[in-house]
Amino acid sequence: MKEVVVLSGKGGTGKTSIVASFAALAQSKVLADCDVDAADLYLLLQPQIKQEHEFWSGQTAHIDNEKCNECGLCEEVCRFGAIQNYAVDPISCEGCGFCSQICPVDAITMHENMSGHWFMSETRYGPLVHARLGIAQENSGKLVALVRQNAKHIAEKENLSYIIVDGPPGIGCAVISSLSGANLALLVTEPTLSGMHDLGRVLELCRHFGIPALACINKYDINEENSRQIESYCANQKVEVVSRIPFDNVVTEALVNGLPVVEFSDGRVKQEIYNLWRKVSERLTP
Amino acid sequence: MIISVASGKGGTGKTLIATSLALTLSEKNKVQLLDCDVEEPNADIFIRSSVTQSYPVFIPIPKVDEAKCTYCGKCAEVCAYNAIAVVNKKVLIFPELCHGCGACSYLCPESAITEEGQEIGIVEKGNSGNIELIQGRLTIGQPMAPPIIREVKKHIDSESEVIIDVPPGTSCPVVEAVKDSDFCLLVTEPTPFGLNDLSLAVEVVRELGIPCGVLINRTGIGDGKVEEYCSTQNIPVLLTIPLDAKIASFYSRGVPLVNGIPEWRGRFVKLFEEIKQKATI
Repeated sequence: MKEVVVLSGKGGTGKTSIVASFAALAQSKVLADCDVDAADLYLLLQPQIKQEHEFWSGQTAHIDNEKCNECGLCEEVCRFGAIQNYAVDPISCEGCGFCSQICPVDAITMHENMSGHWFMSETRYGPLVHARLGIAQENSGKLVALVRQNAKHIAEKENLSYIIVDGPPGIGCAVISSLSGANLALLVTEPTLSGMHDLGRVLELCRHFGIPALACINKYDINEENSRQIESYCANQKVEVVSRIPFDNVVTEALVNGLPVVEFSDGRVKQEIYNLWRKVSERLTP
Repeated sequence: MIISVASGKGGTGKTLIATSLALTLSEKNKVQLLDCDVEEPNADIFIRSSVTQSYPVFIPIPKVDEAKCTYCGKCAEVCAYNAIAVVNKKVLIFPELCHGCGACSYLCPESAITEEGQEIGIVEKGNSGNIELIQGRLTIGQPMAPPIIREVKKHIDSESEVIIDVPPGTSCPVVEAVKDSDFCLLVTEPTPFGLNDLSLAVEVVRELGIPCGVLINRTGIGDGKVEEYCSTQNIPVLLTIPLDAKIASFYSRGVPLVNGIPEWRGRFVKLFEEIKQKATI
């Protein structure tokens, strides 16, 4: 069983459209949507939810005003500015519990947060594990870890060859949690200065965690000069550019029709993504 | 006034809008542009400020004086993040899990714990015309963006118009970047992904009690469901920008929209006027 995680640094480069197409092309796989803040893969895979679980994680302080003697010690020690006028701002509270530990009259208790949901689903392409982080909740990294763990569990149980992970944008907590221990990262970039800058950072992150990476230039023809620069950058970094996908409105049209683009159109985009999956799978299982 | 530019979904055009709005306002006002997408800061690619100041951001992590430590385990017990473990007369510290709350050092009965700063990123400041750019940059491999965002926002000057470029998503970094804004401009695209993530972002700004409006980028592709959603939710659509090869080309080269196509300046002036009317102040 091999795991590939699709990342990009910059958002909106096409990760989810590519993962949905991999879902249609790959045999023997489980899919995992690790962009738990803004999970979109389900819109293309139209899952039937088989199991729904609550995600409890982290705590929020609560002050009992009956007991509180307004000494102000909690406000003084809180480094997150979450306590003002003997009340907790639940959005700023990071759940460290320092205040409840030091309150001289035991007026502060910590309450567990229901921070979201995660799902085990069936799709016509195979099993999907996905999640929805609660609005303005923390701990997306832990929820990502839970999604990956369960995808792995399914892959082991059903003896599947691949875990295909749709990763979040950025390079922070949720991305680190999506990446660590994976077999391969596929970095999807676009030929814009922002895309190139962000590719560099996410590639450094892969290096930091020792995860091998492949690159794919999406919409390569919107600026061919920049695409050439990406190619030479990747050559210098010894990262193979395995695909150049042209810009085509069919990607958006497929999305509006709720289908992976490889099932929606027969053009060059389909051909490129087909070749891309072939190269990714060859790299995973040589 | 503080205007945050957010989206839920990545790549909808937050930075394109934040930089064009900042440039337009800077013709008549002092403007601060805060790049709070500290995982992938891109605003300066468009603003090209000369960064003149840079300083590191630290979070305090515990350091145990083994000579004083009795291995009582109090620190591990009070740490909500499992960042300290005490096993076999050894204290193990996991800095990447530490939030720097300070509970362990305060509560150690032997006063054996001091704190030392661990660098998690930098804040940079620079100027370009009337714009003061302040950006955060998370160190590769560090998980926690919010402390850097908080540090960037400490520079807010109430005399200036403040534009905040927000990271994608809906979790803690987004909340940290958006909170205390007077208005949140939500940038989306007319696709099912754009709509799904817009509706999540709307829930976040409502939770924070911040008035919002929508900007739809790349109209002409996709469908009309974002507009339907905005009308049923009573959220004003303040501006639409068509899918246009010329705009995409300027963007790809790091040229701000209002510099590449100056006719857009008037529309950004109008956008700002509408935001002013709808904001809380």
